Amino acid sequence: MSLAIVGLIGVLFAAGTYLLLQRTITRIIIGLGLIGNGTNLLLMATGGRPGATPVAGGGSEVTDPVPQALVLTAIVIGFAITSFLLALAWRNWTLDGNDEVEDDISDRRIARAERDTEADGAGASDERGDGA
Amino acid sequence: MALLVLLPLAAAVGILTGGRRAPVRWLALAAPAVLALVVVGLVARAGPARDGAGVAEATTWVPSLDLSLSFRLDGFALLMGLVVAGVGTLVLAYSVAYFAHDEDPERVRRFTAWFLAFAGSMLGLVLADDGWTLFLFWEATSITSFVLIGLDDRSPAARASAQRALLVTAAGGLCLLGGLVLVTQAAGASTFAALAADPPTGAAVSAGLVLVLVGAATKSAQVPFHFWLPGAMAAPTPVSAFLHSATMVKAGVILVARLAPVFAGVTWWRPAVVVVGTATMLVGGVGALRQHDAKLLLAHGTVSQLGLLVVLFGLGHPGVTAAAVAVLVAHALFKATLFLVVGAVDHAAGTRDIRRLTGGARSLPVVAAIGAVAAASMAGLPPLLGFVAKEAAVDALLAVDDRWATAALVGVATGSVLTVAYTARLWLGVFTDVGLDPDAGPPAPADHRPAAMLAGPPGLLAGLTVAGGLAAAPLAALLDPATVALDARAHAHLTLWAGVHAPLVSSAAIVLAGAGLHVALGRRARALPAPRVSGEVLFQRGFDGLLTGARRLTGVVQSGSLPAYLSVIVGVVAAALVAGLAGGIVVGPVGTIAAASRAEAAVALTVAAMAIAVLTARRRFVSVLLLGTVGYGLAVLFLLWGAPDLALTQLLIETVMLVVFLLVLRRLPEGYVPPPEWAPRALRVALAVAVGVSMAAFALMAGTARTERPVADEHLARAYPEAGGHNVVNVILVDFRGIDTLGEITVLAVAAVGVANLVRAARRGRAGTGAWRAATARSSSSVVFAQTSRLLFPLVLAVSLYVAFKGHNAPGGGFAGGLIAGAAFLMRSLAGDQPPLARTRAVRPTTIVGAGLALAVLTGIAPLVAGRSFLESSIHRLDLPLVGPVKLVTSAAFDVGVYLVVLGVVLSVLENLGPGADLIAPDVESPGGSRRTGRHRPDPGAVGPR
Repeated sequence: MSLAIVGLIGVLFAAGTYLLLQRTITRIIIGLGLIGNGTNLLLMATGGRPGATPVAGGGSEVTDPVPQALVLTAIVIGFAITSFLLALAWRNWTLDGNDEVEDDISDRRIARAERDTEADGAGASDERGDGA
Repeated sequence: MALLVLLPLAAAVGILTGGRRAPVRWLALAAPAVLALVVVGLVARAGPARDGAGVAEATTWVPSLDLSLSFRLDGFALLMGLVVAGVGTLVLAYSVAYFAHDEDPERVRRFTAWFLAFAGSMLGLVLADDGWTLFLFWEATSITSFVLIGLDDRSPAARASAQRALLVTAAGGLCLLGGLVLVTQAAGASTFAALAADPPTGAAVSAGLVLVLVGAATKSAQVPFHFWLPGAMAAPTPVSAFLHSATMVKAGVILVARLAPVFAGVTWWRPAVVVVGTATMLVGGVGALRQHDAKLLLAHGTVSQLGLLVVLFGLGHPGVTAAAVAVLVAHALFKATLFLVVGAVDHAAGTRDIRRLTGGARSLPVVAAIGAVAAASMAGLPPLLGFVAKEAAVDALLAVDDRWATAALVGVATGSVLTVAYTARLWLGVFTDVGLDPDAGPPAPADHRPAAMLAGPPGLLAGLTVAGGLAAAPLAALLDPATVALDARAHAHLTLWAGVHAPLVSSAAIVLAGAGLHVALGRRARALPAPRVSGEVLFQRGFDGLLTGARRLTGVVQSGSLPAYLSVIVGVVAAALVAGLAGGIVVGPVGTIAAASRAEAAVALTVAAMAIAVLTARRRFVSVLLLGTVGYGLAVLFLLWGAPDLALTQLLIETVMLVVFLLVLRRLPEGYVPPPEWAPRALRVALAVAVGVSMAAFALMAGTARTERPVADEHLARAYPEAGGHNVVNVILVDFRGIDTLGEITVLAVAAVGVANLVRAARRGRAGTGAWRAATARSSSSVVFAQTSRLLFPLVLAVSLYVAFKGHNAPGGGFAGGLIAGAAFLMRSLAGDQPPLARTRAVRPTTIVGAGLALAVLTGIAPLVAGRSFLESSIHRLDLPLVGPVKLVTSAAFDVGVYLVVLGVVLSVLENLGPGADLIAPDVESPGGSRRTGRHRPDPGAVGPR
């Protein structure tokens, strides 16, 4: 493992996290893709010294095959997950006409009801939350 | 003995489960009979209890925890058991008449059943020989009391009172539990006898005793927990008479009585019980003077008397303890009587308000006389039991040379003055015109003559009060086993007439002062100041605050914003990593920070640049292409590191994924219109950088930290001999770790089903099935592409099969093969051509997925039939004509399963997000679309059959 790879892992995670924390679904999916790539790279980089293709009886000069097996399935599963998220994004766009993660309405309602109660208690407002 | 406890409990269960069929009238006869039977049972076993230590009995409950249900029938337990069962019998008999006109038989059944359940629990409590048994029944009485207070479950006030009583007593129960744990751990035993024989000491024991006393104070309504008891008056009068005056509220007193002789020597014990008990006496007494409702007046009076009992028992001086037992009996008799009398008056007049009751002494002479006896006993007038007991208490307190006993004496005297005053207020208010107040409502004469059963039980109790006073000396002999059981040195001395001495003088002074107080207060009693900060207010504030706090916390923590949740998660991850790495980054024993090769550095730099470029991309299409570049760059790195399998898979996946992205993106607007973000940009950047840096540091450490030999050595050695394959990565996937792979392809299948359902659910009702062909049968715009792809299709399929089968020995395998096959279909689809498989629709993608999964599972199960383990592979060598020797490994079949699943998943995703999604009118104007972007049009760069 070289410092260049260490830096690349950091960049992939940072960029992926930044996108993940946004509201636009497409960007979240892309961010997740970057984090997935970073994770695969991390697994490979920490899995031992690079070497020759692992073939049976290949001695100690070959790459460790175990992380490879892990990463291989991770790549394919990453594809399946991304497809699923894309289907969600498509559905959100088709039905709601936006590409955003919106806040959960019922949670917002709880928070607003609480604010309203406080306002009522303080006599600052007589407007009752209708919960809509 | 356990039988005596079980009898009422079993009867309660019987009534609750099967009693629906029995007429209420039978129930009314059977229920008192059950408790009367308990009385008989107790008397029959009284012999050993009267002679000495009594009989003990234990049933092992949880042997591993050394828990058992142990009971002991000693003198005190016998006395309390008789009070519980005896008063219970009379109150149940009384309640027959009390509920005679109740139109709801179900309510009466519930009352009877829970009343018996309470009686059983209370018997268990008084008979308990160790802390755990006591605790069990202690909690049982709290719960039964809760149900009985809330018997009128349609009344919000009753429900609130029941809830409050339960919360207070259950909180006290928790304290008691904690205290018992501390004390019994220190003592190494849990029976009261063992505690008395060898009292534990130490700080932990002191803390435990404080908790036990808090538990006792909640149960016996001591300040500041006393407020629940007046609230409990929402219960029907028989319940109040039995639970909330004669029995349950004595539980705390009983506990104090059992512990005080052992622990009264602890320095803080006497001050604590005297202060709390005296405060309770005064608060209860003043509270009683403020009430108009006769029942509430009695409830406050009970609080006051409980304070007196706690003081007397808590002091732990043998003489005082002996007198306290007499006071306890006297209180049980006169307080139950008074409650029953008030209930009878309520029945006759329809109110309990002393401002409205009038003429009771004339219209209800018998009830009034019974009430007068009980009231006189409460006030401490001769020749009644109350007088005798109070004289004994004062006498015993005077005999003790102890600062706290003197303090207690002052408290008892003051409390008694209040008691005389509120007793006068009660009896005169209920039975005469004293206190009549036209403002409170029309006068309510008691013109409805009560049934004999409403007067009989209180009459009997009043008779006992008189008998106890007149036959003081024989009573002392009867009580002696009980006092000795508490404290071997405690002997009751009860006398009706001992000449003119200090106690008599003080008694006379108390009565005179009390009478004077009553006259002085008159009807201004209501004006007595109410305490500003009471336990009740604190409780209510705490309770409301808890609910409000919970709502507020939910409002803050559960903001409903996904990015906010995610940032908490990634923040915690980063913080955990930083905390873990706080000791410095240790580059481990392997120490393999290699210099990057030139190629590696170049690729890493390019990929990093692409990843950063993604952040600045303003168009969706561009950011997806950049993401693809990152993926391809990783494939190059994998190739450089000797991982061709990975490189191949990564390349294929990136390609397929790019197409899937574009299929979806052609629906979405071209550019991003950033929605309002949830947090300032600086915070998000900081979080992202924190995660990136901590992950890099982690990579640096983890990559050099290996200390054990890799398992790969074994895999490399065994791959060929045992699994018949040269490609160790593939052997791991299909053989060594085959069950993992089975799980992974299941995940793939689930994701594909998820995609299909998301699309189908959105499509439902939007387009008929007939539109399918129209959507799928669009012609290509490029003839050359279409023709080429048609020619290449079989070739690519053949390559995919080759890669799949070759995979066991060379780079490739089911995953790569399936992806190549998927790419072949993808190519035809992009050319606007439907490949044969999709055209016929005979084989649906989901069928392919299912077949692949089934094949993989069957390959796993087959060895089981042959008596081998799941997924164990076997190698067969065949000599085929023409081809020559062929080696067959069963895991190849598993790899075919993987191939089919991957192919099916790719096809399913393409079909659903491609033509499947097209079935929804592509330019449907959705409600928010134009508002947000104003350019709801397909991406010009999108590849798709448009």
